[in-house]
Amino acid sequence: MASLDDLKKRILSVKSTQKITKAMKMVAAAKLRRAQESAERGRPYSEKMNNIILNLSDGISNKENAPKLLSGSGNDKVHLCVVMTSDRGLCGGFNSNIIKKAKNYFAKLSKDGKDLKIITVGSKGNDQLKRAYSDKIIANISFKDSKHANYFDANKVGKMIIEKFEAEEFDVCTIFYNQFKNVITQIPQAQQIIPLNVENSKENNAEDSYEFEPDEDEILGNLLPKNISTQIFKAMLENSASEQGSRMSAMDNATRNAGEMVDKLTIEYNRSRQAAITKELIEIISGAESL
Amino acid sequence: MSEEFKIEIIDPEKLFFSKEGITEAVVPAYEGEMGILKDHISIISFLKPGIITIYAESLEEKFYVEDGIVEFKDNNLSILTSSIFNLKDAKKDKLQDLLNLAEEEANNTEINDQSKYLINQKIEVLKSLN
Repeated sequence: MASLDDLKKRILSVKSTQKITKAMKMVAAAKLRRAQESAERGRPYSEKMNNIILNLSDGISNKENAPKLLSGSGNDKVHLCVVMTSDRGLCGGFNSNIIKKAKNYFAKLSKDGKDLKIITVGSKGNDQLKRAYSDKIIANISFKDSKHANYFDANKVGKMIIEKFEAEEFDVCTIFYNQFKNVITQIPQAQQIIPLNVENSKENNAEDSYEFEPDEDEILGNLLPKNISTQIFKAMLENSASEQGSRMSAMDNATRNAGEMVDKLTIEYNRSRQAAITKELIEIISGAESL
Repeated sequence: MSEEFKIEIIDPEKLFFSKEGITEAVVPAYEGEMGILKDHISIISFLKPGIITIYAESLEEKFYVEDGIVEFKDNNLSILTSSIFNLKDAKKDKLQDLLNLAEEEANNTEINDQSKYLINQKIEVLKSLN
């Protein structure tokens, strides 16, 4: 059994760890609120953007002349995957969940005989992927210096993707990120952004007759690159809210575990203290008796 | 009043400006300035660098934009843009910075005609502001 001194030291060290995790939880909670707010504030933009694109792509008369960002390059050979993770650790399963999702997807792609290219956003993803996929990673972007997700950063990523698409370096682009549901649940998402999936366009086509100036194709050509950046920005916002939420619950658990450990150690400490006293007493008494 | 409509200017990070009771808005659409009054036909267009002017009963607001999308529908004018600021808040040196940046870009010979046109437009607008 460990000596009294050792136990004391361990209790102290667990207690100071608990202090740290508690502080991290508080910080994450404060940041989470901010991240959630900005995610909510950013929602109208991407929703409007989506609506307009739906309206436009409904109106497009000739699908063959549609911009390539919408219709695709005609091939389905090279897949670009943008894996968005955090720059910092200690956030529970946040990063591993994205990576797991991404790796499953990669495995499926290679089974289907597709070529794979990876862009990692955030250093944690790069760390985890570079062992197995170092030859596939073509770029790693990290925004360690930016305090919170901003559109400027998203635009940089977006521009890079579009440049690569125009240089015909890939055919399909998918982004991986965590969607924020609530503090304890974040859902890893794979979203295809090139070519764009135009869904549920059935709802609102009949009565909407828009005037376009200039024509649909040109507006779409102007709008789609912006939409890429918008989607990435949305993913970044969701990701940062998820990261903080995940960190908060992870740190909450850690604090609770540390508390339990302190309790257990304190009991053990008291027990051995009492045992030592009892032992001393027995020694004194048996010493006295033997006289 | 019945001659009014609603405007929403949204940038990626927040709802930038929202107001009801607008009587007229002038936006720098790609093919020329476009004035919008109530009951305008539904329209989608995109913006070139320029000034958005909004008139309400006792108010006139001017915004500088570099790009964006305008949608007008059911007397709702939505403007999506990633670069906008209110001219009231703009500092002289900020405008000068933007102008310098734009001129630098214009000297880049590798850009295509369309972006060249947009940059020249931007320089013109910024010059008129300074």
